[in-house]
Amino acid sequence: MLPDVSAPPLLEIRGLSKSFGPVHALEGVDLTVRGGEIHALLGENGAGKSTLIKALTGIYSRDAGTVRLAGEAIAPATADEAVAAGIATVYQEVNLLPNLSVAQNLYLGRQPTRFGLVQRAEMRRRARDLLAGFGLSLDVDAPLGEYSVAVQSLVAIARAVDLSARVLILDEPTASLDANEVEVLFSVMRRLAARGIGIVFVTHFLDQVYAVCDRITVLRNGRLVGERETARLPRLELVHMMLGRELSEATHDRAPVVDEAKGPVVAAFQGIGKSGYLAPFDLTLRRGDVVGLAGLLGSGRTETVRLVFGAERADCGSVAVDGRPVRLTNPREAIRHGFGYCPEERKTEGIVAELTVRENIVLALQARRGILKPLARREQDEIARRFIRLLDIRPADPERPIGLLSGGNQQKVLLARWLATEPRLLILDEPTRGIDVGAHAEIIRLIRQLCAEGMALLVVSSELEEIAVYADEVAVLRDRAHVAMLAGADVSVPAILAAIAGETLRAA
Amino acid sequence: MTLRQPHSGVPQIIALLVILAVNWIVSPQFFDIRLQDGRLFGSLIDVLNRGAPVALLSIGMVLVIALRGIDLSVGAVMAICGAIAASLADSHSLPVTLAAALGVGLLCGLWNGILVAGLGIQPIVATLILMVAGRGIAQLITEGRIVTFTDPALAWIGGGSIVGVPAPVAITAVMLLVTLLLVRGTALGLMIEATGGNERASTLAGIGTRAMTIAVYVWCSLCAAMAGVIAAADILGADANNAGLWLELDAILAVVIGGTSLFGGRFSISLAVLGALIIQAMNTGILLSGYPPQFNLVVKAVVVMAVLLVQSPKLAGLSAALRRRAR
Repeated sequence: MLPDVSAPPLLEIRGLSKSFGPVHALEGVDLTVRGGEIHALLGENGAGKSTLIKALTGIYSRDAGTVRLAGEAIAPATADEAVAAGIATVYQEVNLLPNLSVAQNLYLGRQPTRFGLVQRAEMRRRARDLLAGFGLSLDVDAPLGEYSVAVQSLVAIARAVDLSARVLILDEPTASLDANEVEVLFSVMRRLAARGIGIVFVTHFLDQVYAVCDRITVLRNGRLVGERETARLPRLELVHMMLGRELSEATHDRAPVVDEAKGPVVAAFQGIGKSGYLAPFDLTLRRGDVVGLAGLLGSGRTETVRLVFGAERADCGSVAVDGRPVRLTNPREAIRHGFGYCPEERKTEGIVAELTVRENIVLALQARRGILKPLARREQDEIARRFIRLLDIRPADPERPIGLLSGGNQQKVLLARWLATEPRLLILDEPTRGIDVGAHAEIIRLIRQLCAEGMALLVVSSELEEIAVYADEVAVLRDRAHVAMLAGADVSVPAILAAIAGETLRAA
Repeated sequence: MTLRQPHSGVPQIIALLVILAVNWIVSPQFFDIRLQDGRLFGSLIDVLNRGAPVALLSIGMVLVIALRGIDLSVGAVMAICGAIAASLADSHSLPVTLAAALGVGLLCGLWNGILVAGLGIQPIVATLILMVAGRGIAQLITEGRIVTFTDPALAWIGGGSIVGVPAPVAITAVMLLVTLLLVRGTALGLMIEATGGNERASTLAGIGTRAMTIAVYVWCSLCAAMAGVIAAADILGADANNAGLWLELDAILAVVIGGTSLFGGRFSISLAVLGALIIQAMNTGILLSGYPPQFNLVVKAVVVMAVLLVQSPKLAGLSAALRRRAR
């Protein structure tokens, strides 16, 4: 259903500007959201999406510009005022309490009470009704943490909408969801739009934009590039708007399969597994090869790489590095054999937020050299500068705390941390998750380059097109077991999908 | 997001200078220093000398806190090691006495470290065990009495001097230098800050977080053992009930005044020692002013609040905003 174009806009932002010191984060940005529409807010990292949302929801004060909600000028000074005005926001990282029950999370801070006592039964009943309105049937007494990230996102949305939202802002809600979960989220979004709520949807997945959004607003470098109707905007033009340059479609073409001799084996895993964690699997990693790991969320991809890296101790199987049997019982040993691992959870397992970019880059190299052989400050500076230049990390300030960088740049710093150790096997778990299109292409280019230089790579990714482009082999997982190994010409999106679904692909 | 930056030390230095100035006002001879029998005397020297035990504790405590831990047992470890030193001093040579006291300190640290890093018990609970049990152990060693000794070698550690500098001050200074060398001269400092900031990320980056945590608790207990020996040597005896009593709190306070967050990460050893001196300068000042020592606690609380407020990022933002408005 397309929204009524003649109706006055629900949310109207005009000429919004915001500067941080000399940096113009937003300059005269407009955004118009009609009631009942899903509106994509797109742009690369640093385009100003987050700043716009924060200025809109009262987290930042704005320097100039007006915000009208249903024709009425509003200027929320705090997040609470924005919520009270009817603007609710759900962030990528769900801001709820996993140890409390679903119902408690939904009604935290506004529990139904009588004589000052919480009416638990009433709260549970309302929670069930509220969720039913979203087509969800959950045990509202179960701790929220027991549910998947997808369900947690939906609960966060339900809570936000129930706080009398007229405008719902979804900031990358799909970053950690798999395809089915995204579909469920979309149906909820459509349902909410049908109720007349205006939805602002921030995402990095262009497919999702075309699947669910009515209109698109693109920002670049803090400025408005344009507002278009999705149906009338070809994909290539959208990418052009976002990047300001023509992006070759190269990332969607598979490199020709050259049937050259296989490189020597770097590491071979045989029958490695852990009961209750992951069924035993075999994996052979060769110089210059990329092995992809594909499967749905929770299928055992991350579990595989954690066993490979020794972050989780296997209870069966054997490992050989360069043909010699070794034991990998902790990451230190894996690192000594030349392994490196960029984890999926960048914030909790990757970066040390308050340390500088330089310190984060040298951390793994320093750990491998040992405590008694400190890298001189001069060497650290040199390494940091080299990788900042090589990976185009922005801002190019080695002394900036990494927590202040954008997600894409944090990811590049983590890559730099491992590249500084000159690894022979690099494990990347969702290296492009939550990263903008430009950085995305750069990281894929980097993966290919590393591979050409003779590094062995093991890459987990939810983006099958991406895996199909760069992987020489793909291990497919389902229900915590390796179920298929695709190689060479068999590596294709349909083949991977079929293996995930548990079918064998019939030759057409 | 607020991220703490490396410490400048300016608020702490200003706080110390202000307190010293106040001390000078209430007691004009505060800065007088005289040499007598080859040892320096004076109120300022007294601050350093009396402050030595807490300064020693804070050297170890700051490392533990940087790792997101806490060690409540240092006061009890002081009592144990002081009791051992006092009991052995008259029957054994000084090296044996010291080795026994510091050796037991090492074991205490190992115990704490294994409970925290090996068994994964929360530091506050793990070290509470030794905090409670330790004082009992100390009383068992002294058999419930105040053990006195006359050995001049051990007494020198409390009352002697090296080129005029009181021995406790010299020992503390040496410990500070050794610790700085071990932590900042090597990569240990970076690894402690990384582990305190994000332990999982640090483990995955190849840092041996477990062994490092145990080592840090051992070092903290060794500092406490040294402080215990100094406290016993100072009074020529060991009082298992009162030696080091509540000093763990002063040590934690010193670390916090020194700008190291209880959430771990960035730390400064020198500023923690400065924090210990700030606390002692206040204690001495109140004694000199003639006010009853009860005032001490209230004044201490006020000064601590002032130092913490100055460091608070929110207040910094507020004052910056006020300055902008004034312009």
